[in-house]
Amino acid sequence: MTALTLTGVGHAFFGRTVLSRVSLSIRRGEVVALVGPSGCGKSTLAHIAAGLISAREGRVANHYRRHAMVFQDPRLLPWRGAAGNIAYPLELSGMSRRERDLRVRQSARMVQLEGQDLDKFPVELSGGMRQRVAIARAMAIEPDFVFFDEPFTALDVALKRRMQDLVIAAARHNRFAALFITHDLMEAIRVAHRILVMHHKGQGLVGERIVDGEPGNRDDASIFASMQAFLRSDIAFAHVHDVDERRRT
Amino acid sequence: MVGFVGDRLGRLGRFAWSGWSGLAAVALLAAVWQAGHEAYGDFILPSPMATALAAIGLLAAPENWTLLLVTMRRALSGFFLAGILGALLGVIAGYAPAVMRLSRPLLTVALGVPPIAWIVLTMIWFGASDATVAATILVSATPVVFVAGAEGVMTRDRGLDAMAEVFGAGPIRRFLSVGLRQVCAHLLPALALALGTSFKVAVMAELLANAGGVGGALARTRAMLDITGALAWVMLSVVALVVGEYGLVRPVRAELERWREAAQPWGVKR
Repeated sequence: MTALTLTGVGHAFFGRTVLSRVSLSIRRGEVVALVGPSGCGKSTLAHIAAGLISAREGRVANHYRRHAMVFQDPRLLPWRGAAGNIAYPLELSGMSRRERDLRVRQSARMVQLEGQDLDKFPVELSGGMRQRVAIARAMAIEPDFVFFDEPFTALDVALKRRMQDLVIAAARHNRFAALFITHDLMEAIRVAHRILVMHHKGQGLVGERIVDGEPGNRDDASIFASMQAFLRSDIAFAHVHDVDERRRT
Repeated sequence: MVGFVGDRLGRLGRFAWSGWSGLAAVALLAAVWQAGHEAYGDFILPSPMATALAAIGLLAAPENWTLLLVTMRRALSGFFLAGILGALLGVIAGYAPAVMRLSRPLLTVALGVPPIAWIVLTMIWFGASDATVAATILVSATPVVFVAGAEGVMTRDRGLDAMAEVFGAGPIRRFLSVGLRQVCAHLLPALALALGTSFKVAVMAELLANAGGVGGALARTRAMLDITGALAWVMLSVVALVVGEYGLVRPVRAELERWREAAQPWGVKR
């Protein structure tokens, strides 16, 4: 059963083609990482798949119930406390107040947010805590598909690992499928079942690799070894660490 | 609920405590005023004490209350009209670039015409009535609110809009839950300004159009060279404005900006 299928998707900003001929499909309960150098159009692809941008060409077909998204910046409503932010999508779905409170607490517990932090405004929380709130917000509506758009790029290494573990645990617990956009190959190998590599100019996908084992069961040595192997001897990954910051993602 | 009330009471207490600095500023003004009075004498500048007593004396007469209320009613109705119209058009212009482009030159023209010219025009159109005052306020206060509304929409965080859209909010829901709060942050200072403008323009229009109210009373004191009376009326209209601002605009603003206060480190709450 597929959850999301993209067929020949392409897009252009002001006449400049940023994406063309991208096709992929994601099965239910499968976490797929999409890697590629920055500026190759990964984020644009995620926004198209999530319905935020309409594609200039190609087709997007989704078979999931509801989706959620975790952005690179937490995108919390500054005038609401952490609990209010987590409850926001629940309000949109018209849930009763009591049920909302229950879901907020469950979801907060999942990302290890403590009671007193729930009353704080985003300005009073640290960067890592804000991203936790953003993850809790995405998890609160119990989505069966989640888009992660380079969610942990701005965090330091230790925090990044903790957040990745949160995502891995949540994916196991809630059995959602996910498209995880990242330019960090190590992160992709840690969280995903399958890795797709994007062409460095957005012209389709150049490779697909299945990562051995289940996310969460892989030890650091094997993750590091697969990364080395990918980077050294796999032609698909030749451009993954190219940097061209002048082009927008 | 207890936390909600406690928080509001705490902020009210902090606000009341900050009244001491306001009192100090008033005392400073009174001191300078007194010095001026002692230098120039009673005819040019009556002492603050005499003025305050005269103001209290004015308040003792019920017909003066009617004058004050007439001016307040005119100013507030003009303010509400200007606020609603300006905010509505501003938000529309913020979302529709074509409207913005069309309205910008019109705005420059409207801002370029001095309020006094509008008073002359509205006097010819409406005579010495409430409509003259309200229309003058409308033209002079609307542009400020309009610009703030449009600015609020244009500078909104589009990332939050995208977030709301991902979680299934339609355009109206997005505006109500995400856009409106950001617009308000720009709108409320402009509304405070517009309220001040409304009072000033109301008094000015009344004075020139001889339409009664505080302006009419001022015209009378001028005719009778009653400097103390004139200053007393000025004092009363300032008090009316302060009541309007602290009773109307400030509470709304404090409620909406609670999170901004939370962002300030301990000890520098203003």
